[in-house]
Amino acid sequence: MMAPALWALMSHWWRNPIQFFAVIGGLALATALWCGVQAINAEARASYDAAAGVLGEGQYDQLVPRTGDTISVEDYIALRRAGWLVTPVVEHRFGAVRLLGIDPLTAPAGFAGLSAFQDQSNSFQRHSVFANAKTAETLSDELDIVVQLDVADGLAIADISVVQSFAKAKGLSRLIILPNQPMTQPLLEEIAPGLKRLAANQTADVEQLTDSFHLSLTAFGMLSFVVGLFIVHSAIGLAFEQRRGLVRTMRSLGVPMRRLLVLVAVEMGVIALIGGTLGVLLGYLIAATLLPDVAGTLQGLYGAQVSGVLEFRASWAASGIALALAGTAFAVSGRLLQIAQMPLLASGKSRAWVMARGQRSKIQGFLAVALLISAAILAGITNTLFLGFGLLACLLVGAALAFPLLVSKATQVFERRSKNATVAWFWADTRQQIPGLSLALMALLLAVSANIGVATMVSSFRLTFVGFLDQRLAPELYLQVDTKDESAALDKYLTDRGFESLPLPRADIDVQGEPARLLGVRVGPTYRQNWVFLDQIPDPWTDVKMGKGLIVNEQLARRQGLWVGHSVTLRQDLALPIVAVVGDYGNPSSQAIVSESLFADLHPQTPPLQFGVRTNDPQSLRTALVQDLGLAHNAMINQAQIKSASLEIFERTFMVTAALNVLTLGVAGFAILMSLLTLADIRVPQLAPVWAMGMTRRRLALLELARAVSLAALVFAAALPVGLALAWVLLTVVNVAAFGWQLPMFLFPAEYAGLAAYTLIAAVLAALWPVGRLLNTPPAALLQVFSNER
Amino acid sequence: MLLEFKSVTKSFQDQSGEIPVLRGVSFALDAGETLALTGESGSGKSTLLHIAGGLDTADSGSVLLEGRKINGLPDRALAQVRRHQISLVFQQFNLVPSLTVGANIRFQAALAGVLDPAFVDHLVGALGLQDHLDKYPEVLSGGQQQRVAIARALAAKPKLLLADEPTGNLDEETAAIVLAQMLALVEDTGAACMMVTHSPKIAGQLGRSLHLKAGLLV
Repeated sequence: MMAPALWALMSHWWRNPIQFFAVIGGLALATALWCGVQAINAEARASYDAAAGVLGEGQYDQLVPRTGDTISVEDYIALRRAGWLVTPVVEHRFGAVRLLGIDPLTAPAGFAGLSAFQDQSNSFQRHSVFANAKTAETLSDELDIVVQLDVADGLAIADISVVQSFAKAKGLSRLIILPNQPMTQPLLEEIAPGLKRLAANQTADVEQLTDSFHLSLTAFGMLSFVVGLFIVHSAIGLAFEQRRGLVRTMRSLGVPMRRLLVLVAVEMGVIALIGGTLGVLLGYLIAATLLPDVAGTLQGLYGAQVSGVLEFRASWAASGIALALAGTAFAVSGRLLQIAQMPLLASGKSRAWVMARGQRSKIQGFLAVALLISAAILAGITNTLFLGFGLLACLLVGAALAFPLLVSKATQVFERRSKNATVAWFWADTRQQIPGLSLALMALLLAVSANIGVATMVSSFRLTFVGFLDQRLAPELYLQVDTKDESAALDKYLTDRGFESLPLPRADIDVQGEPARLLGVRVGPTYRQNWVFLDQIPDPWTDVKMGKGLIVNEQLARRQGLWVGHSVTLRQDLALPIVAVVGDYGNPSSQAIVSESLFADLHPQTPPLQFGVRTNDPQSLRTALVQDLGLAHNAMINQAQIKSASLEIFERTFMVTAALNVLTLGVAGFAILMSLLTLADIRVPQLAPVWAMGMTRRRLALLELARAVSLAALVFAAALPVGLALAWVLLTVVNVAAFGWQLPMFLFPAEYAGLAAYTLIAAVLAALWPVGRLLNTPPAALLQVFSNER
Repeated sequence: MLLEFKSVTKSFQDQSGEIPVLRGVSFALDAGETLALTGESGSGKSTLLHIAGGLDTADSGSVLLEGRKINGLPDRALAQVRRHQISLVFQQFNLVPSLTVGANIRFQAALAGVLDPAFVDHLVGALGLQDHLDKYPEVLSGGQQQRVAIARALAAKPKLLLADEPTGNLDEETAAIVLAQMLALVEDTGAACMMVTHSPKIAGQLGRSLHLKAGLLV
């Protein structure tokens, strides 16, 4: 009995290939978007990790020579013998490429470039140099180069012996101090007096910032999946409606209800597996297409050993397919319940056209209002990530549910205001189609809203990030000294030669009982021009310079509940008002910023040991500082290089999200196309009477096209506020709940105009095929509507 | 005795309250016998037929098929009864639109596991469907579709054929032809047949008639 019954069920798809394509395509696209976003997220993370490599392996303390730029191997051996857990690094410049030699056996986990060796563990190539494709092109042919995708631009990594041999260098550049050291060990001065310890570089920590970005991208991935699910839900819903008669017939012919439910579940499970598998493959294709430098991904699909984060992993594929199965189960569960509850003698006629009418639309309206009110309440009280995502869900689902009802009302108004009979019919006919198109319209609304929201989020993020880099990394060169005398000498040297010297004294303080860091700044054009504040009084720098105010970072402001106008006590007799709050995305600790002179008053024994310098020629200045003041090379950091590398990495991610935007719109366009195609047959009986009354097929076709454009315009009009609300929630609510600081929100009208154009184009493209079919509908097919006998 | 109704009652609920449709109906049908069920619209004919076919359940009384009480059986058991002992022919044909004519005809017999290709060929020939086997139902006329429904019902070799206005959607001439073919095949197979009809003329072609009026046999 199972075989003929399953065959009868499956024969529906054979006879309705477009519906089958819609279900499989919807599932595949939903899974692909999810997997693609995940892949890009992973790739972005790897890029940031690589960036951390560029940023000077900043997460570890280091030992560097007090003078010169070489550490002897003897010093290294002496330290190891004395119990110091250090790992050597040799650095050599090859043109623009930084050739980094490390010891893979002693380097700490997560150390820059170590993954390159680990990925090659099956074929350990001790003499190889690892670099990405772009960098590899610029390296010497003498080297045995292995292309490794996740190595940052401008960086090549090799075993220390390879670099020493290539550079003909005997010494070491620096020693990395491993995080876990023995409880007791002799003092550094006793073992290697020529070396000094440099603290881990905190300023380059962008982890928190990128975590926020990933969270938003993950939210975008989820939204993409939901958009895909709408397609699946819509297609499955229509297929089930069309098979109501079949279900009744099969039951009357003796197929038991439970058996029928099992058969439908098996059928949909098979379809979900096919769609999910295609989706996982498509997801990799999307990731590979969007990230040209990871095109090697495809090799992973065929089991080849490909290094890098986009390697094909069974667990990842399984999660994609599991999502497809869960999504299908969600879409089918309601329909299975309907079958289970459907009386055997129920009408077999399709209810597609009345699905969203009557009682149903009342419930839908009530739910939409309830969800939107909940969203408004949550917006006021949300302070956790869980509630933040609850708010997102209420907002998006509420808006999606409300939309078809609003469109229905709008068409009613347009119809009433129409003076022309054709126009009045056009709007009435549009309203009649809304129940059948409602899921596709909801999908388009969510897709466009997500695009507006993500475009706003990403662009705001980009502006903030660029501003943050300009602000934090404005000086081209950062210098470090060890003593008060060196500090004074360096400042005098720079000032005498007309450089803008920016001493950065710092001290640990308590603010209202909580630890914080006090920074002193030399107020000048660099700060005035580059720093952007979340909130400020007019001209805050003048107050800071005069010692009449201080600036706090957002972390301190939010933790202590302080804002502009509140006072911070720095000494028993000194409380200064906050004149500005600065976004400090890369720094987990609280900070207060005062003028250099006030800092000297408060902490006279703490000289500035770090300096920023503005210069157009960092390389010449470096050379001069080594020659004139004996500064070690490793005491100078070229921040301009760091900034451009970081920006390049982020730009790549931004390009990817822009491409994803277009892709999501394409998916929503696909949803409309599938809905229009599946409804096309039902349209014939509706259009035949109008055709009989004298409207040509060409006119009818043009009106169908106009309808698609009108509906897309209505979608965009609704999506704009929803998308902006989504961006606001992501930037101001979710981000604060997750990380303790918010990203400022900017508006980008030009981008929205572009999205509006994309939306209309997607709708027109989706409508073209069904319109073409209508245009070519033979009069006989229209006449058949009036025939009683077939 | 093939089918026996004993004091069967059935009511429906609507906004005005409970409406009795069958009020203590009792009758019996022997194997191979043909019976017409006549009556005005709303007299309970179709309800009686649905209860006989296990599509609906009686409120009280007994429905016996080959001596076995079928009212009150669970869905699974009723489905088995429909698969193996009863076939139904509806006014609306109820063919599977996504299966070809040939597949539709074989469908119920295949479900019941009693598919007999030679018998199917015989039915196809007798009903004049041999040229339409690879077509889909949507391209057939109403008369042709009903022939397919009859062939499907008889291919399962039922002991009881239940037909609800099987020619109600057909013109007079076609109806007469289809009915004649159906009755001839019923006689040929030895199945019993109970048919709901409005038409006294059609009722006259069956072995016996029962008239329902306001839920009672008169």
